[in-house]
Amino acid sequence: MTTPAPNPIRRTALNAAHRRLGGKMVEFGGWDMPVEYSGIIPEHKAVREKAGLFDVSHMGELSVQGPEALALVQHVTSNDASKLHLDQAQYSGLMTAQGTFVDDLLVHKFTDRHFWLVVNASNCDKDFEYICQQNRFDAQVVNVSDGYTQLAIQGPRAVAILQPLTSIALSPIKYYWFTTGKVLGVDCIISRTGYTGEDGFELYFDPEHSERVWEGLLEAGRGEGLIPCGLGARNTLRMEAGMALYGHEIDDTTTPIEAGLGWITKLGKPDFLGKRAIEEQSARGLQRQLAGFEMIEPGIGRDGYPVVHGGKRVGQVTSGGPAPFLGKNIGMAYVPVGLAQPGTEVEIQIRARTARARIVPLPFYKRQK
Amino acid sequence: MAYPQGFRFTKEHEWVAIEGKSAKIGISDFAQNQLGDIVFVELPPVGAELTAGTAFGTVESVKAVSEVFAPISGKVTAVNEALAKSPELLNQDPHGAAWLIQAEASDPGQAAKLMDTAAYEAFVAEQEASH
Repeated sequence: MTTPAPNPIRRTALNAAHRRLGGKMVEFGGWDMPVEYSGIIPEHKAVREKAGLFDVSHMGELSVQGPEALALVQHVTSNDASKLHLDQAQYSGLMTAQGTFVDDLLVHKFTDRHFWLVVNASNCDKDFEYICQQNRFDAQVVNVSDGYTQLAIQGPRAVAILQPLTSIALSPIKYYWFTTGKVLGVDCIISRTGYTGEDGFELYFDPEHSERVWEGLLEAGRGEGLIPCGLGARNTLRMEAGMALYGHEIDDTTTPIEAGLGWITKLGKPDFLGKRAIEEQSARGLQRQLAGFEMIEPGIGRDGYPVVHGGKRVGQVTSGGPAPFLGKNIGMAYVPVGLAQPGTEVEIQIRARTARARIVPLPFYKRQK
Repeated sequence: MAYPQGFRFTKEHEWVAIEGKSAKIGISDFAQNQLGDIVFVELPPVGAELTAGTAFGTVESVKAVSEVFAPISGKVTAVNEALAKSPELLNQDPHGAAWLIQAEASDPGQAAKLMDTAAYEAFVAEQEASH
């Protein structure tokens, strides 16, 4: 029997541009992506203090269209998409019948009959198949990911850098709303969303124009301190902002309530996948809960490291590492509910020793509005 | 990058500068560049035994933990305290101010078996070509 050939590594339309910029390339979810250019720490700080530009074209876009598009979206997600206005987006969970996560995603409403689900790169194919399986509605699901380059420009200077490049007035676009218009002459979806905890935009457009828009943004933003940023900084930024990453804080064993994502779980919705299981868990009470911690002794509590209390292992770190803007070492972990209160001291097992940590409220960092 | 004359290097990118029985040990510029921004350094206590080829500490970047391996056998006589407060020094001056430990070599002849500067420069060129 022959073993199937592994899928060849995928490249975004900007792969050559990343290499020209000296990007350190790594494999991520089947994609050849830049983890850093000038360094994770300067890139992270640039986003907090000025602006950074990310190529996030590896993300997936699933289009849901038809007379019952809303019904399908409502059936498979945790948040209430019926509350969306045209040109509005919401963070949501793609749910299993057990009330756990297939993925987390953004739901964008174009029209009453046309939605986009923007999903994680590593889950795109899985999500597409899953939604198709669940589709007993008068709706079509199309994977349109290959048709879009997606860039994220994030940071306090993002509006100032982008505004001269588009005739669309950007300031009136509220957070988690989007519009369509031209940037550098290229038709784009301009969405005030992001994964960094800063103000900024995500731009979706035809990959044919990738280099023009990427170079044009970098050139226009140079004077404001805009620099290209890779997946390394993307991860430290989202972690500092207390945002979940699939496969770490959420997966098909975690419910939204455990993960602190009750706010995207609308039990007032008519039945959706996992609703019953989530209600039952709420009624029983949680056993474990996602908590933030910061190290109070030298050491870095990293992904997978055990959390210890009273000499016993009580959990493990879901994401952990340095917070370059806050200047601390932080992380998140599922702990027994009794230990989840801010101020509780725990220990993190770091190889041969343990180091003390303190539970702190999430998010670690919140931008000033 | 020109590496300092008189240093000896391991395949794992540690360097040792030896004078009689006194040795200074660190990681090379190639190593710090590969690691990226360094955020934490864990070193053994003074008096700890070193065994050539065995890990004696760790250097942590944002994303990863890397062991550092002893180029020679001996006993730790000094530890670079500056790295506890300023791990980024290792990115800035890996061959100078950011030495990791000093040691008393148990067999000063061991260092001579490692790559000299020219050999290491060739080794690094090969590594860079294959990236």
